[in-house]
Amino acid sequence: MEFLFAITIGVLVASAVYLMLSNHLLRFIFGLVLISNAANLTIFVAGRLTDGAPPLIPEGADAPLIDVANALPQALVLTAIVIGFGLFAFAIVLVFRAWTTLNSLTPDDMRLAEPEEAPK
Amino acid sequence: MSWLLALPIVIPFLTAVFAFLTRQSPLGRWISVAGSSVLLIASTVLMNTVLREGVVAAQMGQWPAPFGITLVADLLSAVMVLITAIVAVAVSIYAIADVDEGMELLGYHALFNMLIAGVVGAFITGDLFNLYVWFEVMLIASFGLLVLGGRPEQIDGGVKYVALNLVSTIMFLTGIGLLYGMTGTLNMADLASVVDGADQRLLTIVAVLFMIAFGVKAAVFPLFFWLPASYHTPAFSVSAVFAGLLTKVGVYALLRMFTLVFDHDTAFTHTILLWVAGLTMVVGVLGAAAQSDMRKILSFHIVSQIGYMILGLALLTPLAIMGAVFYLVHHIVVKANLFLIAGVAQRIAGGTELSRIGGLYKSAPLLAVLFVVPAFSLAGFPPLSGFWAKFLLVKAALDVQGWIIAGIALSVGLLTIYSMTKIWAQAFWEPHPDGIDPKLSVLSDRDRAAMLIPIAGLAVLTVIIGVMPEHFVQFAKASAAQLLDPTAYISAVLGEQT
Repeated sequence: MEFLFAITIGVLVASAVYLMLSNHLLRFIFGLVLISNAANLTIFVAGRLTDGAPPLIPEGADAPLIDVANALPQALVLTAIVIGFGLFAFAIVLVFRAWTTLNSLTPDDMRLAEPEEAPK
Repeated sequence: MSWLLALPIVIPFLTAVFAFLTRQSPLGRWISVAGSSVLLIASTVLMNTVLREGVVAAQMGQWPAPFGITLVADLLSAVMVLITAIVAVAVSIYAIADVDEGMELLGYHALFNMLIAGVVGAFITGDLFNLYVWFEVMLIASFGLLVLGGRPEQIDGGVKYVALNLVSTIMFLTGIGLLYGMTGTLNMADLASVVDGADQRLLTIVAVLFMIAFGVKAAVFPLFFWLPASYHTPAFSVSAVFAGLLTKVGVYALLRMFTLVFDHDTAFTHTILLWVAGLTMVVGVLGAAAQSDMRKILSFHIVSQIGYMILGLALLTPLAIMGAVFYLVHHIVVKANLFLIAGVAQRIAGGTELSRIGGLYKSAPLLAVLFVVPAFSLAGFPPLSGFWAKFLLVKAALDVQGWIIAGIALSVGLLTIYSMTKIWAQAFWEPHPDGIDPKLSVLSDRDRAAMLIPIAGLAVLTVIIGVMPEHFVQFAKASAAQLLDPTAYISAVLGEQT
């Protein structure tokens, strides 16, 4: 199971890096979405994988009787997903604004804040 | 005890809420000033408590450490919160003159206070995942502030800022995941005690991941390119608070993690940091020398000065850490002030591009005096605060026979003087190219007071640190001792069983 996850995460990161290195902002954002999901999966796997064992404590007991799924990484991933959602919403709107105000999504063309020739 | 640690986070949050509700009226800016002042009181109380009782910790929601979220303040955290509050007060007063109603309507004051909440949270948390959350609070608020107003340059700078910071965030998150997988805990004090049992080689890899993540935030070489691309574009009060605080949160995180958790293989990690420190200093200062805009010069100087702080961390001797702490505090005050002064220069002389302004010395001598203090402190002139900061670090480098790095630190100081004299000569001494006299009286009485009072206040603080360094040096020494021997920190968080 871990092996399968490792391969998935590897493929996600590889595709993300490929997309992020291309000279186009929208692709960069897509790459960012992929790599952030790879990070979330990493946290999930780091919490150890269990098969079909919900973290429930039976009535009358103080602790689960068998090895159950680790709830903490799930909480972490959930938080990270929510935060990531907010950040990406902002990033996509920003890229859209860049498209409407700068008429380009190629980072190499975006030299407004740092002109190649300093104004004399 | 827990309210004492929670208040510095709760106050700016509440201020943000009230400022957002009153954003359509002029009340919002006063709420912001009042909120920052209350934060200053709360952080002074916190500082006093830490000085009196040592490290204080509180468990949120009564979950005992290491299971719940811990808030903890040692001397370093307390002084960072205090200095954040001081900058917050200064900038919120300055914003009365600098931020127009359009930006207020878009929620400037709410975002500003949210940013302060994020910064304070990052300084005060004792939990790694919680640190990530505070970084995000800070980041999303800074995104908003950076593009507020929506001029094309801001959008351009914003894209680069957002893109690189998001990459660093993901690195940080991955590092957290791997560290959790290796140790099963995210409480920093608990991590410090259990990492010794983890696979040391794997731990070094995770350490480098954290180094890159925090390195982007701290703007070290070669990860700093978002900073000079964006810091000169937003409103001046925004630049000032960014310049003062944001990169320093990265430096703080590096200082904390690489003294508390990742001190297992210093021969490897801290050698990387030493190289990074040297290159950051040199590249930053050379970048500044090539610029001709006041804010761009100052932005590159942030990068170069970050190098000094990393140098302190890399050397990892008591004197070096002490120098880094001292430098951190001095730099926040000085750098925020220089950006505020650039804002006044822009208002009265009509720009920050050095070739298009001038004559400030003759027509606004008060501003000239106020500029000299932070500028020459930055360059390391005695008796200002920067001299002692540089002195401690260079001495620390010489003590461990680091001749080359000490030489670099000294020559970067010289080049800093070059940049500062360039601003001085072109903006202050030379006559204005349009033949006008940029007088402070072109500002309304209210604007003049709102802009000059915080500048003067921060300048006085610089002079105080400079002429009476004993207390601050003693404080930095005690703080460095706590960082290098974290037993007090760990037992404050985990209780006495360790």
